[in-house]
Amino acid sequence: MFYRENGQFKTSYRADQQIFPITQDRIAILAIVAFAAVGVPLLVDEYLYRAILIPFLILSLAALGVNILVGYCGQISLGSGAFMAVGAYMAYNTYIRVDGMPLIVALLSGGFFATLVGMVFGIPSLRVKGLYLAVATLAAQFFCDWAFLRVGWFTNNNASGSVSVSDLTVLGWTINTPMDKYLFCLGFLLVFGLLAKNLVRSAIGREWMAIRDMDVAAAVIGIRPMYAKLSAFAVSSFIVGVAGALWGFIHLGSWEPAAFSIDRSFQLLFMVIIGGMGSIMGSFFGAGFIVVLPIFLNQVLPAVGELFGVTISTATVSHAEYMVFGSLIVWFLIVEPHGLAKLWSVGKQKLRLWPFPH
Amino acid sequence: MKIRHLALAASVAAAGLASALVPAVAQAQAKEQFFPVLVYRTGAYAPNGVPWANGFVDYIKLTNARGGINGVKISFEECETGYATDRGVECYERLKGKNGGATMFQPLSTGITFALTEKAPADKIPLITSGYGRSESQDGGVFKWNFPIAGTYWVAGDIIVQDIAKKEGGMDKLKGKHIALVYHDSPFGKEAIPIMQERAAMLGYKLTLLPVTHPGVEQKSTWLQIRRDRPDYVVNWGWGVMNSTLVKEAQATGYPREKIYGVWWAGAEPDVKDIGEGAKGYNAITMQHGAEPNAAFVKEILAKVHDKGQGTGPKDEVGSVLYVRGAMSAMFAVEGVRRAQERFGKGKVMTGEQVRWGLENLDLTQAKLDSLGFKGVMRPVSTSCQDHMGANWGRIHTWDGKKWNFTSDWYQADEQIIKPMVKAAADKYAAEKKINRRTPQDCQS
Amino acid sequence: MAFFLETLFGGLMAGMLYSLVALGFVLIFKASGVFNFAQGAMVLVAALAMARFSEWFPMWFGFENMFLANLLAFAAATVFMFLLAWLIERLVLRHLVNQEGVTLLMATLGITYFIDGFGQTIFGSDIYKIDVGMPKEPIFVLDSIFEGGVLVNQEDVVAAVIAALLVAALSLFFQKTATGRALRAVADDHQAAQSIGIPLNRIWVIVWCVAGITALVAGIIWGSKLGVQFSLTTVALRALPVIILGGLTSVPGAIIGGLIIGVGEKLSEVYLGPLVGGGIEIWFAYMLALVFLLFRPQGLFGEKIIDRV
Repeated sequence: MFYRENGQFKTSYRADQQIFPITQDRIAILAIVAFAAVGVPLLVDEYLYRAILIPFLILSLAALGVNILVGYCGQISLGSGAFMAVGAYMAYNTYIRVDGMPLIVALLSGGFFATLVGMVFGIPSLRVKGLYLAVATLAAQFFCDWAFLRVGWFTNNNASGSVSVSDLTVLGWTINTPMDKYLFCLGFLLVFGLLAKNLVRSAIGREWMAIRDMDVAAAVIGIRPMYAKLSAFAVSSFIVGVAGALWGFIHLGSWEPAAFSIDRSFQLLFMVIIGGMGSIMGSFFGAGFIVVLPIFLNQVLPAVGELFGVTISTATVSHAEYMVFGSLIVWFLIVEPHGLAKLWSVGKQKLRLWPFPH
Repeated sequence: MKIRHLALAASVAAAGLASALVPAVAQAQAKEQFFPVLVYRTGAYAPNGVPWANGFVDYIKLTNARGGINGVKISFEECETGYATDRGVECYERLKGKNGGATMFQPLSTGITFALTEKAPADKIPLITSGYGRSESQDGGVFKWNFPIAGTYWVAGDIIVQDIAKKEGGMDKLKGKHIALVYHDSPFGKEAIPIMQERAAMLGYKLTLLPVTHPGVEQKSTWLQIRRDRPDYVVNWGWGVMNSTLVKEAQATGYPREKIYGVWWAGAEPDVKDIGEGAKGYNAITMQHGAEPNAAFVKEILAKVHDKGQGTGPKDEVGSVLYVRGAMSAMFAVEGVRRAQERFGKGKVMTGEQVRWGLENLDLTQAKLDSLGFKGVMRPVSTSCQDHMGANWGRIHTWDGKKWNFTSDWYQADEQIIKPMVKAAADKYAAEKKINRRTPQDCQS
Repeated sequence: MAFFLETLFGGLMAGMLYSLVALGFVLIFKASGVFNFAQGAMVLVAALAMARFSEWFPMWFGFENMFLANLLAFAAATVFMFLLAWLIERLVLRHLVNQEGVTLLMATLGITYFIDGFGQTIFGSDIYKIDVGMPKEPIFVLDSIFEGGVLVNQEDVVAAVIAALLVAALSLFFQKTATGRALRAVADDHQAAQSIGIPLNRIWVIVWCVAGITALVAGIIWGSKLGVQFSLTTVALRALPVIILGGLTSVPGAIIGGLIIGVGEKLSEVYLGPLVGGGIEIWFAYMLALVFLLFRPQGLFGEKIIDRV
């Protein structure tokens, strides 16, 4: 009833090719962005910022990057944690070593170096496919793990290998309260989200999807696999690198290589799969699900235990978290292999017909 | 399709029901001192984390059984970190404001300590890092909120070198010897490097650095290299599974266990129990205490806590090395609160800032320690504004196949060497963070 | 020279141990096309079952004989792994037939998390001992040629022999028995096998059971060496370069890949490691596998991936 296109006529190509062609969609998105920028800061307390919102924003950005590589271009990569690490450490080095470096430039430079590394480790994708490629990208993960522990230059020759940043300012605005951090990350996410959405609708995005669907056929019709695959690695690593820099600078403040270990790579891949491969919206859903779930379980399980009069030790809660997490992943994959984004689009379809059944 | 509808509806209903069950924010229990307990009872470091956690919690229960801190009882809540920095930070954020505010945090992980060192000053909550964390945090002039009470890694490294020198017949006999440092490849393991290098420069022994990647179960190549180089001594700077693997590999390559020294996190029962006789002769430094089954406070815990069915963990663990470490760490927190109460009001609940003052002015005399039940276990601890460590004693204990026995006298770390290193590192940190050293007036507050 | 031989032997032994774990991966991938990331967790839970049962049975039934305890524990652990295999097939695989590779991969990752939590809930997170009488002291061979002899780790030799026996047993099973033939048929072509009446679901349960036994043997050997604890799951990550080097569908590939990776790792760590500060084993193994992949993208013995347009 409310969600339909009746009466919305497009009178120019430009209007027809908008991101959100349906007015209701546009209004909804603008409302969400406005709520996120204005409403949330009014309603939310510090813990929610630090534990849920900020990780959610940064990990959605990272999931966006991974989705471009895995979902749109079909190259399974398990090295995303390494690219986050490159982004974080190179942003740190740019920030510390160059006097007066603006924060945003430092973060973007982190992304730039991550791009270079991503392209280098993307070269095997020209020869190797599928699960072999997934394992080959683990080489990137372990190499970067080692490099940031061993090569002193990356950590400013810090004896312990742990680095930290503080006093972040952007054009005079000091970012120290959780709300500041939240808004800063939100800004990055909106900009990159828009860029990503437009990229995947463009020619290069279509090339990626062609490679994903059938790379031999794509090569036959003239799409250069090298260019397409490496550009996917490049763009994906850039976004993941910036997300890594944000994770280190804004969320953690002080980090060591273990913060970007293989568990982080798996986590990002989970977000992409659960959220929906090949869907920008899916990255957000997946990130939200994975960020909120452990905390949710951590709060709920003891409460449920108390209902039954059983005090559960933290170890049991931790184990139960693992079990519930694992079973939920499996259950999700069985029920909806195309992820939350598919559920969302099915929901939208139903909404178009509502209140009619068909 | 129907199944999907059902499934979707079920999950939404479950989520709704579950969130309704989440209890409302706990009423501020301002009558109790809240101790958050960051532990790891799962993961690769669990075997060593569990006894420490049990000791910590049991000591809190003992304090409550003794009547609390001048009548103020302690409430506590455990939070599982799994030795992961981001989970540690999440636990910190969740617990710092709970139940009237956290009194102090003890991260039990060097990685988490580094992260919380940035956050704690802003939230005005002291960090107690007994026996771990940043070695330079001993310098209270820069690190106002960090308290590595009773020992840091540089103290440990120095005492190990002193004992090795004693075995060789004197400091000058170390010239030309070869010591290999097998360390956990993480901030924790790397903390050993500066002191071992400093001592190598001073005494003329050759130092080889052999990193072992987390979690430390793969040490075959490390021991192949040790077999080739045949160092005179091996220093083990490991944690968790790395320790038992190290001793097993030493056995498998025939390296004499008497020549291996572990740091105080690498010398406990879980590391050698399974190997039994095969680990006989393995030495480790202790942070004053070792395995203390006969200590007075251990007996008190058994009587007042375990016999009442309140014990955390198995009874036969009480008195083991890491258990005592956990209890000692809890004791420092309790005594910090007690000292704070002496100034800010006996019988009242203390804030983080007040406890910080208490920790900075700890004066645990031998008499006081004895009355708390630590007779024969500890030496006096006395902190000050400039010295947040308070004591730098240690002993060496050795595994005899069944238990740990002390095999040395009390050593004291050489402050002549460590103080300049600490000051240099602290100054570097201050310069990086653009903070100034504390003024004398600040020390009085 | 003596030291080089030691490193070589050490590498070969380590490689055999990796192959043991890799075998499980290969078996499942061959028969059902699923890349079982949960193999590491299966090794852990099998080892935990063995360790704990061998501790509990003497307590429950009141006998002292270690050999009997180990035997009973082995039997109990086998039953446990069979049960696990059956449950996985029933609850997960049956519903995910025909899904993409990545989805199946993620499902096995989900199973990994579940098994990790479940195993530790039932059996605990402490370090547990497996004592099957493996020799712990080293022996020295070739005394006459090299002074002091070349050190050989007895436990590793025994492990290598067991691994070889296991591979031989598996080969016999695949070649000589009817079930083995059925498994090979399913590995070749699911639909053809189904069309001649081979029950796919049962075959998958059998494959996962066999992989479970392989995981149990690997778990006992690794657990006896290192002690059984959560970190045993990281062994699976060491076995991955072995699989991609050898080929995802080849059992001899797993062995040969294991030997190459084992030797490569140890030689690189001992000779190249000190030049760059050490700790290079893990990524060197992956780089080595990557180099091989550049020449043979499906691994040394893997099936060629044929894309039809």
